[in-house]
Amino acid sequence: MSALWDRIQDERAKYPADAGSAVLPALRLAQDEHGWLSPDVIREVADALEETPAYVKSIASFYDQFQLAPVGEHLVEVCTNVSCAVVGAQQVVDAFESELGCRAGETSADGKVTLRTVECLGGCGWATIVSVDHHYRIHVKADNVAAIVEELRAT
Amino acid sequence: MPPSIVLADATAKLAEYEGAGGYAALAKARAMTGEAVTEELIASELRGRGGAFFPAGRKWSFVPSKDQLPKPHYLVVNADESEPGSFKDNEILARVPHRFIEGCLITAHAIDSQHVFIYIRGEYSGPYEILVSALEELKTRPEIRGDVTIVVHRGAGAYICGEETALLESLEGKRGQPRSKPPFPAVSGLYASPTVVNNVETIATVAPIIAMGGAEYAKLGVPNTRGTRVVSISGNVVNGGNYEIEPGMSIRDIVYELGGGIPDGRGLKAVVPGGSSTVILTSDEIDVGYDFDSLAQVRTSMGSAGIVVLDDRCCIVQLGIRWSEFYEHESCGKCTPCREGTRWLTAILRKLEDGRATQGDLDLLLDVCDRINGKCLCPLGDSDAIIIASYVAKFRAEFQAHIDLGACPLGGESSLDGVLSPIQMHTRSRVAEVAG
Repeated sequence: MSALWDRIQDERAKYPADAGSAVLPALRLAQDEHGWLSPDVIREVADALEETPAYVKSIASFYDQFQLAPVGEHLVEVCTNVSCAVVGAQQVVDAFESELGCRAGETSADGKVTLRTVECLGGCGWATIVSVDHHYRIHVKADNVAAIVEELRAT
Repeated sequence: MPPSIVLADATAKLAEYEGAGGYAALAKARAMTGEAVTEELIASELRGRGGAFFPAGRKWSFVPSKDQLPKPHYLVVNADESEPGSFKDNEILARVPHRFIEGCLITAHAIDSQHVFIYIRGEYSGPYEILVSALEELKTRPEIRGDVTIVVHRGAGAYICGEETALLESLEGKRGQPRSKPPFPAVSGLYASPTVVNNVETIATVAPIIAMGGAEYAKLGVPNTRGTRVVSISGNVVNGGNYEIEPGMSIRDIVYELGGGIPDGRGLKAVVPGGSSTVILTSDEIDVGYDFDSLAQVRTSMGSAGIVVLDDRCCIVQLGIRWSEFYEHESCGKCTPCREGTRWLTAILRKLEDGRATQGDLDLLLDVCDRINGKCLCPLGDSDAIIIASYVAKFRAEFQAHIDLGACPLGGESSLDGVLSPIQMHTRSRVAEVAG
């Protein structure tokens, strides 16, 4: 069996037998490994959990963080909820779109970066919050965007 | 100086935390019966910090004994902080993880639980890593952990999972959709067993209460809002951040003294007192105490203590659109009034903003609010309905101006102009264009 299969069993062991609770942890492990949750990956997760692929996909599609289509090597998520928006989040989004040459919801042509807008990330007082590969950058201004993109293209 | 109880002595390190008296309250609690610990919490008058404000000690007391109901007891901590404007739990977990863990262990003792699940929102990678490191440190100290297992369970991006029954569904590996109550979690919660669900800040307050005694804690604050509260300040304010305050302080002082006022010489338009879901206050309504009773008198609430400050560039219709889009995006889809109603609210508000609305649309907007409010399993749709109705009630002239002018009176100068919400991002995708 694969390493992923083993790690999913480790997650299952944290919960009571037959609890079903390991679906989210398993999907997270699979996505971390494969980048996104393709039908093949969904099947792999379902087999490891002894669930059906349809069930696992029904869970994955409910949650915003699970990617059911291919994404770039890096993920940039800009909060555009009110506290970020009133201090310039949209200018940050515009700057990323311009630097990356793609619109929010898309991936740059070189396949490096997927750009998204997201709902409140819970850092409102340090706006604008940009989550870069799941770690927050705070007080981001449009002027900071070129450096972030350069950093991501280099890695 | 405001008292610092929850955020005091910030350290993520076990040795430093113990050096400052950490885990002494746990030892004190374990020398008491669970019932006695619960009595201290009742005496402290601590009320839930997630937003519902339910008395914490009373919630614990609802858990039936294992003689009455022979099933495991679970403590589930709600760290799914997702309310727009609130970011206090983020900082509590990152700055004082051991105070939080100590609270988990004391609470587990009080409710006779050996199983703690911390449901943390998936986006909080930073606090998650700090929390896991703190738990790692405890592996060398089995006497602290005792017979309790603590599992940190990460969410995956769903506001609705902050609602306690949706959180339990999600923790059971399902879609995060609220359950019908009763039964309440205290009797049938996680895995159909007795479960206490508490917010991060509530749990992080437990150890200080046991250390100082419930009666002493209850001397802080004002009647019905005892102790301290960590408030999050954001928006058009000089010093955004989290501040631990004694309830009763006025919102004006919170915004101008702690927050440093409005930047760029702008005027204040409005304050949202407790996160997106709370009724808005106009600039002349902010001389009100930040506590349950004072805010109830002006028909709003502390919610999850996220204070959002809006300056005079904010178009109130656009504010309604942005938050209605949020609720539309986050509706789980289970109850029809919420699933359909939030979409309708967004659409009518958009019509107003674009200058296409007639007088009848304003009436329709309020009618849709009435058709959502109180008609669903959980308060998500209600929140959208209540806040939109409050915007119309308090800023009716601005709504009317959108109809009369056939355009936004701020003429493209609003601070929320052209903001791309996630729901717009999804619907403008190439797939949508082709289908379009």
